[in-house]
Amino acid sequence: MSLTLDEVRRIARLARLRLSPEEEAAFVGQLSAILDHVALLGELDVSQVEPMTHALAAGEASPLRQDVPLPCLTTEEALANAPAREGSCFKVPRIIE
Amino acid sequence: MSAAAELTGLSLRAVSQRLQAGQVSSRELVEACLSRIEATDGRVGAFLHVTAAAARAAAAESDARQAAGRRLGPLDGVPVALKDLFLTKGVPTTAGSKLLEGFIPPVDGTAVARLKGAGAVLLGKLNMDEFAMGSSNENSAFRPCHNPWDLTRTPGGSSGGSAAALAARQVYGTLGSDTGGSIRLPASFCGVVGVKPTWGRVSRSGVVAFASSLDQPGPLGREVWDAAALLQAIAGQDPADQTTSARPVDDYLGGLEGGAGGLRIGVPAEWFQGGLEPGVEAAVRAALATYQRLGATLVEISLPHSRYGIGAYYLIATAEASSNLARYDGVRFGHRAAGVRGLKELYAESRAQGFGAEPKRRIMLGTYALSSGYYDAYYLRAQKVRTLIRRDFDAAFARCDVVAGPVAPGPAFRLGEKTGDPLQMYLADIFTITCNLAALPGLSVPCGLSGGLPVGLQLVGRPFDEAGLLRAARALERELGPSPAPAALEAP
Repeated sequence: MSLTLDEVRRIARLARLRLSPEEEAAFVGQLSAILDHVALLGELDVSQVEPMTHALAAGEASPLRQDVPLPCLTTEEALANAPAREGSCFKVPRIIE
Repeated sequence: MSAAAELTGLSLRAVSQRLQAGQVSSRELVEACLSRIEATDGRVGAFLHVTAAAARAAAAESDARQAAGRRLGPLDGVPVALKDLFLTKGVPTTAGSKLLEGFIPPVDGTAVARLKGAGAVLLGKLNMDEFAMGSSNENSAFRPCHNPWDLTRTPGGSSGGSAAALAARQVYGTLGSDTGGSIRLPASFCGVVGVKPTWGRVSRSGVVAFASSLDQPGPLGREVWDAAALLQAIAGQDPADQTTSARPVDDYLGGLEGGAGGLRIGVPAEWFQGGLEPGVEAAVRAALATYQRLGATLVEISLPHSRYGIGAYYLIATAEASSNLARYDGVRFGHRAAGVRGLKELYAESRAQGFGAEPKRRIMLGTYALSSGYYDAYYLRAQKVRTLIRRDFDAAFARCDVVAGPVAPGPAFRLGEKTGDPLQMYLADIFTITCNLAALPGLSVPCGLSGGLPVGLQLVGRPFDEAGLLRAARALERELGPSPAPAALEAP
């Protein structure tokens, strides 16, 4: 299984990652090698197997909590690590281009 | 040997007894550990942040409790440190990434709050592979971490600092996290005990997420008792993590000395086939023979889907990582690129600058595995293979109580040895990964040396049988003694 440069660029766009030309070239080879290894899974007949969608047995996890308000972060705490803020908001660049 | 060096050489169990008896103060322990860190960490690189002032204050509080006869329990006053992905209120938490440099969490995670509630004294935050992605700690964005047994070798990863700090006698107990072997591998490489609990036994709330269906926080200690005491403090249901189990937590310390008589130990043929370093195989086989002498029975078992573990893991873990790491967008916290035009460029550029090579690689692979047209072939198929791997263990546990084998194919490898080939690095986790996929508890306990480097025995148990695993590990430790201190750091 080998990925093309175009596929690597498409995936990077989906992942919101800008890659340098060097990174793109390296990923073509590296991701292809990993996918080659992963192709081993294709040997197995899994047509009758249910996917393991949860790591705990049914009923093992906690039930939902009571729907009552609990303390949460204050506005100042929530904004304390913001790279840019304006008033009580996170500031972002222009969205509509 | 100076008084301070003597103190740092003690186990958590031993310092806990001395604190209890009033023979040593928490303040003395903190000063001894800080001196030891000062003297050794330039060469080891286990710590990313040392919280000396806060530790001194917490130690003084602990000593006041002791003086007032209100000691909280075995961890009260004991210096501990945390892998740098546990959120610590007011203390930087980087997850080993430049992206989170300068991030100061507004809260303590649940495990951290429980350790503090038990009186443990937090000494600092430990080095790790970026976002817990790696098997050698070489993916740390800040500094490499060195194995105290041989400074040219890796401590293992991703919880490399958590194991190296213990081996270097810098601190008495640590927490790590294990997604595919990230507690057990470094524990094995550094000659300490590391426990990956059953998924759902320890809260993940306040632990930076990598792959949520596999991640599990757990303790490391120099002795089994030490790890058991830490696990006792952090295990159990947490309202802040809906995936924690409601099952009561067993008494891990109470049952520790129960021995191995009558224990049925499953030995999977697949874990001894091909590529096992001879010294590792010899140490593991000797440990199994020791168990037989102690009254345990060895049972040949098969885990036929073991060879599919790495493939299933690198689809599931990367898919979940690509989703979890989508939160790092340069808006609410973390690195933000300067001089960008528009929101999409802000995302792409902030992430390009903040993430190192390994998170990028895994985000790419996971995004591909989840992308339109590939989901069934990759992610869904991997989830089905995961079911097969769990069934292998379920069948084995009908015939045995624990599964035993090597933690890794070899002892600690050299820094730089595998960095050029991601797939070779991934294969370091070949024996540990199925335990995560099956959501089972596992541990690494020292079982000898190969070429002067520690070897860990891996034990995997039934769901929520941490008590049985710890008891079995303790039975071996009682025979072999805990791993000695590495000599490399003491050389002139």
